[in-house]
Amino acid sequence: MRIPLSWIREYTRFPASGTAEDLMAELVKVGLEEEDVHRPTDELSGPIVVGEVLEKIPEPQSNGKTINWCQVRVVPEGAAQTLTHEGIDPSGVQGVVCGAHNFEVGDKVVVTLPGAVLPGDFRIAARKTYGHVSAGMIASVRELGIGEDHDGILVLSTLGLDPEPGTDAMELLGLYDSAAEINVTPDRGYAFSLRGIAREYSHATGSPFIDPAAQISTGKINTDDDDAAARPGHEVTLTDHTPIYGVDGCSRFVTHKVTGINPEAPTPPWMASRLRLAGMRSISIAVDVSNYVMLELGQPNHCYDAAKLDAGIEVRRAAPGEKLTTLDEKVRTLNAEDLVITDQSGPIGIAGVMGGARTEVDATTSTVIVEAAHFDPISISRSKRRHKLPSEASKRFERGVDPLLPPLAAQRVVDLLVQLAGGTDTREVTDAGAPVLPQPIRLDPALPERLTGVPYTREQISSTLGAIGAELRQEGEHLLVTPPSWRPDLTIPAALVEEIARLVGYDQIPSRLPVPPAGRGLTTSQQRRRGVYAGMAAAGFTEVLSYPFYSEAANTRFGQAEETGKPMPMLRLANPIASQHPALRTTVLPGLLEALRRNVSRGFTDVALFEAGAVFHPKSQLGSAAIPDLGVYPGEEVLAELDAGIPDQPLHIAAALSGAEAAELPGVPGRRRDWADAVDAAQKVADLLRVQLEVVQGQHQAFHPGRTAEIRFNGERVGHAGELHPKVIEELDLPARTSVMELDLSALINGSPAQISAEPISTFPPTTQDVSLIVAHALPAAELEATLTEGAGELLENIELFDVYSGEHIEAGHKSLAFALRFRAEDRTLTAEEASEARAGAVALAQQRHSAVQR
Amino acid sequence: MSTPETPHPLDESAIDHAVQQAVDAFAAARDLDELKAARLAHTGDKAPLVLANRAIGSLEKTEKAAAGKLLGGARGTMQKALAARTEVLEVEHAERILVEETVDVTAAHRRRPLGARHPLSVLQERVSDVFIAMGWEIAEGPEVESEWFNFDALNIAPDHPSREMQDTFFVEPPEAHLVLRTHTSPVQIRSLLSRELPVYVLCPGKTFRTDELDATHTPVFHQFEGLAVDKGLTMADLKGTLEHFARQMFGPDAAIRLRPSYFPFTEPSAELDVWHAQAKGGPRWVEWGGCGMMNPAVLRAAGVDPEEYTGFAFGMGIERTLMFRNGVPDMRDMIEGDIRFSQHFGMEV
Repeated sequence: MRIPLSWIREYTRFPASGTAEDLMAELVKVGLEEEDVHRPTDELSGPIVVGEVLEKIPEPQSNGKTINWCQVRVVPEGAAQTLTHEGIDPSGVQGVVCGAHNFEVGDKVVVTLPGAVLPGDFRIAARKTYGHVSAGMIASVRELGIGEDHDGILVLSTLGLDPEPGTDAMELLGLYDSAAEINVTPDRGYAFSLRGIAREYSHATGSPFIDPAAQISTGKINTDDDDAAARPGHEVTLTDHTPIYGVDGCSRFVTHKVTGINPEAPTPPWMASRLRLAGMRSISIAVDVSNYVMLELGQPNHCYDAAKLDAGIEVRRAAPGEKLTTLDEKVRTLNAEDLVITDQSGPIGIAGVMGGARTEVDATTSTVIVEAAHFDPISISRSKRRHKLPSEASKRFERGVDPLLPPLAAQRVVDLLVQLAGGTDTREVTDAGAPVLPQPIRLDPALPERLTGVPYTREQISSTLGAIGAELRQEGEHLLVTPPSWRPDLTIPAALVEEIARLVGYDQIPSRLPVPPAGRGLTTSQQRRRGVYAGMAAAGFTEVLSYPFYSEAANTRFGQAEETGKPMPMLRLANPIASQHPALRTTVLPGLLEALRRNVSRGFTDVALFEAGAVFHPKSQLGSAAIPDLGVYPGEEVLAELDAGIPDQPLHIAAALSGAEAAELPGVPGRRRDWADAVDAAQKVADLLRVQLEVVQGQHQAFHPGRTAEIRFNGERVGHAGELHPKVIEELDLPARTSVMELDLSALINGSPAQISAEPISTFPPTTQDVSLIVAHALPAAELEATLTEGAGELLENIELFDVYSGEHIEAGHKSLAFALRFRAEDRTLTAEEASEARAGAVALAQQRHSAVQR
Repeated sequence: MSTPETPHPLDESAIDHAVQQAVDAFAAARDLDELKAARLAHTGDKAPLVLANRAIGSLEKTEKAAAGKLLGGARGTMQKALAARTEVLEVEHAERILVEETVDVTAAHRRRPLGARHPLSVLQERVSDVFIAMGWEIAEGPEVESEWFNFDALNIAPDHPSREMQDTFFVEPPEAHLVLRTHTSPVQIRSLLSRELPVYVLCPGKTFRTDELDATHTPVFHQFEGLAVDKGLTMADLKGTLEHFARQMFGPDAAIRLRPSYFPFTEPSAELDVWHAQAKGGPRWVEWGGCGMMNPAVLRAAGVDPEEYTGFAFGMGIERTLMFRNGVPDMRDMIEGDIRFSQHFGMEV
């Protein structure tokens, strides 16, 4: 909401010297947040004065254009020039070249004199052009920054003005005024008006407040004077067979007829200036007056050309398929839930949203039916959303408008049309329906302190509530508070407490640190996660937080279901930001690889990344059709039903690696990362959680078919690690041999030990023996290692694979695997014989199980 | 080297001469190798004094003792000189090796560089730690959430304009009433439903709104929200908590300011500004988040009796906090995953 300063001064004692910033500084105290300042003089400065065209000589030019060489008097006749800027003629008559032709000798125009600055840092100076020294400019509205029209210069008589030459044109056009823009929260519909803002200003400062609504006299309506007596107005019927939540779409509808207006009467500059500062264009006198009254009082209203109305008005729900051409010339198909204004020929407007083109006022309009009504906020909000038509009217109606305003606003529009467009008030008024007023609230006088900690006095409570316009009545210990008609948002006692607190000031609230019961710190899962993330970062991985939005193609590529091998079912978004990412991820890899690719494209090829985040899996029960009511405890059964519909969202951790490790020495390239680094990354996560993973040869369509490890935990698959398939690497434009791993971190954390028991540390020396075995090529090293571990028995402390060899001296289809075995006893120094015996046990089992042969 | 004559075991001057020759030879040795050669020459099998010693056996009995004493003394002198020279040369040797092993230490480079946490993650943990230290706990909840938890339980009516303030991602099909949570407030409801009162929880996490990515907006962002429900809590407790928190995040000079505002889930409601003394371009008030006293309708929805309990809640954006606390100019830096962004922060924020 933008507040022209000249306007708010009409209703408050906002000082003449006050700036927009000063106004915002006061309003923020009562909760109206500052947004912006609109100040024409930030871009515009004089001398800009009224000039009278004395002479206008057309001079055709070689380029085909004709310019006018004009003499313009810029001081009152007989007066002397007092301005002294270079280029200002002491005679008071300026020679000016003008390219426009829409003016005549004798016209009063706006002259920007040398020294003036126009929007866009356009500095006016006397300069040579078309063979003359042009000492200034005759300005158009566009050049002055007050309109779009640039067909010609501004002739002041078109605004109904005939000022003396030399008059300050900036003053005349309201250009010294400025506006403060504030943000209005959705509960305060009344603050979308000068009336509401002025009231808030008086709350913030204690300034007296003049209610513009109270200045409007509808007294003429109820009088014995025949001439002034109200007459029956336009026929209006309110019908609602399908009210939303049982609330009638229209509770009150006022029409007021004014005849004999001049539709082309100029909008006075003061009004045009205020509308412009408020962010609205000046269009025609009828539209401008309608908008002006809406800004002034907060009551949206509409002017119908009475000649175009086909008999009586009915407000009703639209018939399915009914159509309406709105003021913006768009044909809209109406929904049965839309509330519409109709006449005998059909809809003439979507109630509270936008009027129709058929009954629009135009340059031939003479009689106007003014509408001011009260509509159900929810109905308006739905129509606005349905037709994507946020309008000044809908903005106010959906936030709540004062239901007492309609007859006043209609009268105010009529009064202004009488005053500015020469109309006649017919006093033909219809007031259909009745205002629905706020209900009284019982306020426990202890509640304000109970919620804010401030011991407000009884006097503070009643004076603040009185100031906002509420009526108070003592009812036993309680106060019965009836909120003012313009505050439909005040429905509960806590809302009244906010009014008291904000008017007395939030700065009066003391500060006290509450003492909660003793806390239990981070949960085990939270601690484990921190440990894993810190450990991965310490191990060289950089954390990434990518978006969980996901494409069909990504799911086909990476989202492999365990059983079917088909892409996993995805959760889809009804309104994705990008149509190519319509779903939620089932794996973290696509986002992580996108980040990897971005780093590569920025010149970093040696990259190790990790990301931890939720992935999403639909369940057979997806969500729940019924949603419990607002503000009511739904009960355990309903809550369990809601929870049952929440999709599975396990936490995954993934890592991606490309390029080389850091160089060994200057100039010596580091080791290239490969599939084993990905497996190692998975093992790091396991080590950080003190869990044991099982690595087996696996298959995954996104991975290199021969370099894929399936990772298992407690017998269940929890992820994959290995090198990406070369095809995927090519498609995603990744470095060769890019390797990745992804694990179900939730599963690992759930299976991690709650507490770790110490193991005895033997101080006796170890005995180390190597064993080299020839086995079938297909036998996984991990399997042989497991066999050796089993066969070696309890004395084996550690086993390490240190060589893999196939080739010369090894039979085709076989390989040699060499392990270092470290033996140690808890209670004695092992003899060589004991160690050899254990080793022999390991070899024997390997021979038996895998036909392994010692090399 | 000429083989000197073997001195007579009783020829004192000859023996002295041989000893002197040995001592001189040891002293002349420039390194351990030369000393070894000198040692072999003067104490080896064919050294004059060794041969002289061997000749004692052929002497008269009466002469043997004198010769033995003479030669023993000679050997002692020689050994002493050898030992002394050995020590000197060994020290020299050790020192020379250290000199030879000199490297250009400035040529050392990073072998296994650290990775980095994402600063948003670290900031989230720092914030959590401040509240943990006050005795609060950290609560979490699902990112795909039931509409009831995200809106209705929080007193956000289906047609209320505030539901539009948060442009929501809806999950298909619409009848399932599932959304990507627009704030972490549903976790507050879950905490009230699942925990014993009183409840003091901080709910950090990922949130979603249908904003296009630009310098100041991102459809996926992070929030932390606090909730305290207890007997006798007032806005003064809210203010005290936020003041303490602000000082932990922005230093001892930080202050907070509450401005009246509106949220469906709180009444009274406030906007929270923080006095940011280290702000780029000078100290100033910065909009930080929203807060207020729990609306009784919300407490009731979570099964809490608002006549008995009161509560307060507050919420801030982690991205926004990082932006003005740490001077991040562009939201996109936080989501693109450029390693330089996170590595600049390392493990800290």
